[in-house]
Amino acid sequence: MDSSTFFGISTMLYIIAMMVYITYLAFRKPQIGLVASSVTITGFIAQTLAIILRWTEFYEIGRDTSGTITGFVAQMLAILKGILRAAPFTNLYESLVFFVWCLILAYLVIEFRYKNKSFGAFVTPVAGLALAFIDLTGMNKEIQPLVPALQSNWLLAHVVMSFIAYSTFALAFCTALIYLIMRTEKRTEPSYIFWAISMGVLIILLVTMGLDYLTFRVVAQTPEGLIKNYLFKATFLHTSGAVSFVSWFVALVFILLFWRYGRLLKRVISTFSVDPETLDEITYKSIAIGFPIFTLGGLIFGAIWADQAWGVYWSWDPKETWSLITWFVYAFYLHARLLRGWRGKKIAVVAVMGFVAVVFTYLGVNLLLSGLHSYGAME
Amino acid sequence: MKRSKNTTFIDKIWDSFASVNLAVVIFAVIALTSIIGTIIEQNVEPAKNMKLLSRLFGESSAPVLFDVFERLGFMDMYHSWWFMAILLLFATNIVVCSIDRIPKIMKLVKDPLKPLSGDHFKGFGIQKEILLKGKPEKTKETVINTIKKRTGFNLTEVREEDGFQLYSQRGNHTRLGVYITHFSILLILSGSIAGIIFGFRGFLPLQEGKASSMIETGRDKVIPLGFMIRCDDFNVDFYGNSDMPKDYMSWLTVIKDGKEVVKKGIRVNDPLTYEGITFYQSSFGIVPDSGGEGVFKFRLTSKEGKTEEVNLKFGESFTIPGTELTGKIEDFSPAITFDEMAGKAYTYAEQMNNPAVLIHFSERGNSKYSGWILKRYPNTWKLPDGHTVEFIDLWGIQYTGLQVRKDPGVWVVYLGCMTMAAGLFIAFFMSHRRIWVKLVEVKGNTLIVIGATANKNRQAFERRIDRIAHSLSKAPEGGKG
Repeated sequence: MDSSTFFGISTMLYIIAMMVYITYLAFRKPQIGLVASSVTITGFIAQTLAIILRWTEFYEIGRDTSGTITGFVAQMLAILKGILRAAPFTNLYESLVFFVWCLILAYLVIEFRYKNKSFGAFVTPVAGLALAFIDLTGMNKEIQPLVPALQSNWLLAHVVMSFIAYSTFALAFCTALIYLIMRTEKRTEPSYIFWAISMGVLIILLVTMGLDYLTFRVVAQTPEGLIKNYLFKATFLHTSGAVSFVSWFVALVFILLFWRYGRLLKRVISTFSVDPETLDEITYKSIAIGFPIFTLGGLIFGAIWADQAWGVYWSWDPKETWSLITWFVYAFYLHARLLRGWRGKKIAVVAVMGFVAVVFTYLGVNLLLSGLHSYGAME
Repeated sequence: MKRSKNTTFIDKIWDSFASVNLAVVIFAVIALTSIIGTIIEQNVEPAKNMKLLSRLFGESSAPVLFDVFERLGFMDMYHSWWFMAILLLFATNIVVCSIDRIPKIMKLVKDPLKPLSGDHFKGFGIQKEILLKGKPEKTKETVINTIKKRTGFNLTEVREEDGFQLYSQRGNHTRLGVYITHFSILLILSGSIAGIIFGFRGFLPLQEGKASSMIETGRDKVIPLGFMIRCDDFNVDFYGNSDMPKDYMSWLTVIKDGKEVVKKGIRVNDPLTYEGITFYQSSFGIVPDSGGEGVFKFRLTSKEGKTEEVNLKFGESFTIPGTELTGKIEDFSPAITFDEMAGKAYTYAEQMNNPAVLIHFSERGNSKYSGWILKRYPNTWKLPDGHTVEFIDLWGIQYTGLQVRKDPGVWVVYLGCMTMAAGLFIAFFMSHRRIWVKLVEVKGNTLIVIGATANKNRQAFERRIDRIAHSLSKAPEGGKG
């Protein structure tokens, strides 16, 4: 069996886990909760195996088979270097898989620490969606050998730490969003408007991109070409003015309706029996763990690597700049909370915006902006 | 930090710089303005951004907007005066904030912990009460030992009228973590400024076999290196038969005062540094119209095993050792591929992805056969007669593109990065923990009151104190309560 079999198994298990967690929310039977956790853990184990297998497959490709290295120590060092450099986190597909792995791990830790399974219904869909996104877009899953710039010992530390931080930020985003939904009462409240509009826009983005995909997948050939050349061409930017107008109109009406009936969502969430203060605490703790890891692994290691490869530790290319923007948003969060005493809804809004910056750093820069970092692109 | 009311103008400025409000505003401003520079491409030819602007805002308004943006420095935003000013404001804010707060923090760090008066024992975040058998004089040792074993605190004791008070603190220095982090940002900023002032950055295309003693750094400025750098060879390795590059390598030689002092093969991620100047592998290509300078290197082996290496120019001939078979280089392609349908060879790339030579063989003036010999495909080296012509290299027509940099500030930046890592670790993962324990005699037994604080991760410390309370109540003297 190869890595893709195990990846398939884990994707399936996460989707099953999602359904079981939702059933658990509905019936609140401890047995169902136990099944949900077991399915998630099994999926996690399958995914771990898949990553290890892919690592070995990757290692075989990049292996130095020239036989020019002699001496036991030198050979061992070469093998070690090969293993370190064969970390399967080098393209969009692999990094998404690794992101899901980190997210599930972080979730499992939270589940056991706080003895609350309710978030499972939120986190497993994110995991399932990310993995389904890979299959839907027909992303290139081939193992690609490393281009020279990526052959660095910093690769592993940089990528692993960045994604650990991203998943803590993702967790903070989930809890902050639930917090906002639970804590807002009136429709005229700024924080209610904020979450209603953000979620509305998110859903519209997903739907319109889905429509682009359905309409143009044949012409665009690659997902990257689709996003670069056909983004919103099926709706907002349609060649026919009428279609474009209707799209804008429908989007606006949808957001208004979402805003009007957003409280239904609140009613669902309030059955989760989670204490908003616990949510706030998890948000803060996730960011407090993620921020130093992101600073060191994402920014500092990234800068050192760029310095080794190109002699420029900071070149203000879009990827670097966006990670700095993300860093400042979370620095804002920490200072506002710890020193200005911002609490509650205000600070939750910042946590949500922080993750928007993370997603843009990770996907938006590669797909929408150009830069030195071409390796994350979908091929 | 609030000062007295009748403040001077300078105090007001100081206070506004010391405020966290300014800090969070600066964070937001840097984050928001930075976005502009990721949308407008930086330092590119004007036409590119003109196209972008007309796509975003329409043809008619693009030229006006372009002019406005150019005046605002958006085309090279991160080096514009106003962005520099924001960064300077940021640095000033960090300095003033730290100076403003450090005296208070130093007091917390330096001052020894004091015992608490009775009513202060109320209102601790972490609070526990346990009743032990025996008088405080007897139970004191158990308490001290249990706490030492569980948390490593060395308790100081004072005698009080109705018993004892024990107290201690750990991690008081961790309060400085935040300031270490702030200081590291200043280090990084000053290191980068030092690099801009005392360093340079340039690009040097160096043809195989050529040497240079100076580099160009933008805008036609030429900087002497103080030595010569020569490219002895450049090579690209590919994965298997694909065109996916595996390795770019340049073999460089440093020549100082006519002597070869350093030889090193550099690759991406592995540069050469000499006298503070670093050479990075950054690009490569074929020098235009350099065909005549190219040297073809072949290793010729006859059927009988006689071997000879030859270096030839385009159009020259060679003879297979021990035979009368001669070959003449008639054509060359940097990247050859064959069109199966037309049965023709053609060049598919401008780089040397798959170099090949067309050699025409003849024996004593009689034409025998001709064919393409590909450097990357050993099966093309074999001749019909059993001889081999190994295509080792084509040397002298490629150049290696070297990124050249001198940056004396980079070590300050690295130091700043390390300081930041340490500072963040201290600031986020370590805490200042204080504990006070009161032992009060109650009818021949001891009432133990524990009060404790931690400036971070209180829950973890609370669990630890819980365990202490638990193990004290399990002690031989315990169980009363």
